[in-house]
Amino acid sequence: MKIKKIFFIFYLFFSLLQASENKTELLEIYKNLRCLVCQGQSIADSNSDFAATVKLVVQDLLQEGKTKDEIYVFLISKYGEWIVYRPTFNKNNLLLWTLPYFIFIVGGLIIFYIIRKSKNNRAN
Amino acid sequence: MKINISKIIIFSFVIFFLFVFWQGLKKNNSYDTKNLIGSKISSFQLPDINNNEQYISEEKLKKNKYTLINFFASWCAPCRVEHKYLLSLSRKSKKIKIIGVNFKDKKNNAISFLEELGNPYYFVGKDLDGKASILFGIYGIPESILVDNELTIIKKIVGPIDQSQYEEILKLIK
Repeated sequence: MKIKKIFFIFYLFFSLLQASENKTELLEIYKNLRCLVCQGQSIADSNSDFAATVKLVVQDLLQEGKTKDEIYVFLISKYGEWIVYRPTFNKNNLLLWTLPYFIFIVGGLIIFYIIRKSKNNRAN
Repeated sequence: MKINISKIIIFSFVIFFLFVFWQGLKKNNSYDTKNLIGSKISSFQLPDINNNEQYISEEKLKKNKYTLINFFASWCAPCRVEHKYLLSLSRKSKKIKIIGVNFKDKKNNAISFLEELGNPYYFVGKDLDGKASILFGIYGIPESILVDNELTIIKKIVGPIDQSQYEEILKLIK
């Protein structure tokens, strides 16, 4: 009897854990989807008809076993890149993805160059 | 003359960002789903508004030379405005068949709507929760999609069909 109770508690615990994980994943997807009929709102923030429908479709696709990226690809094929807040990496937005790293490196080099120069000046 | 590398780099960045912003300002910000033109419609299955056991799928559309898939609802005021064009299209041309997709509507209201204004559709499917509309890239109604017998989208009309769009459809299916 005790073993059954322990199993039941474990089952309940893992079910709740799984449900909360699914909820987090859903929310993450909703937050990355733009509500196309709203002003600056994500699907997660909006109560519009369009947002409600997209939420249902995302839930269905997740239940079918589709991954997050597959869901984005599906929605991009229907509504274009505009529907996702975080654009996918492609040749059109190569600069968007690489420029921050490039600026970070170049900025670091400039700072390094300035510090080295001022040190040399002080030494002289 | 000593060249200041840092100044050149900063100046280049300023010029680059100004160029990017200038390009951004030139871009049209109004959103539409015209990018779907030329692509094929997804496979779908819509139950008949009167009979849950009867369905229409993309396979049936292949039999028509052209099909106009029109999303409508009885609660949608602009749908009333475009209805006369749909009726006219169904009467004027035998090359085009019109499918109505009743979007998030009550069956009785949809039937009354068609009884009042006339029925231009050869099939009326229902999309109670709106999920099927996502397959067609719909984000509001009325919207219409013109496809050929290869299921390629030829035209997508967001909003009610007006006189010019009506004439354009007639031209496209000539």
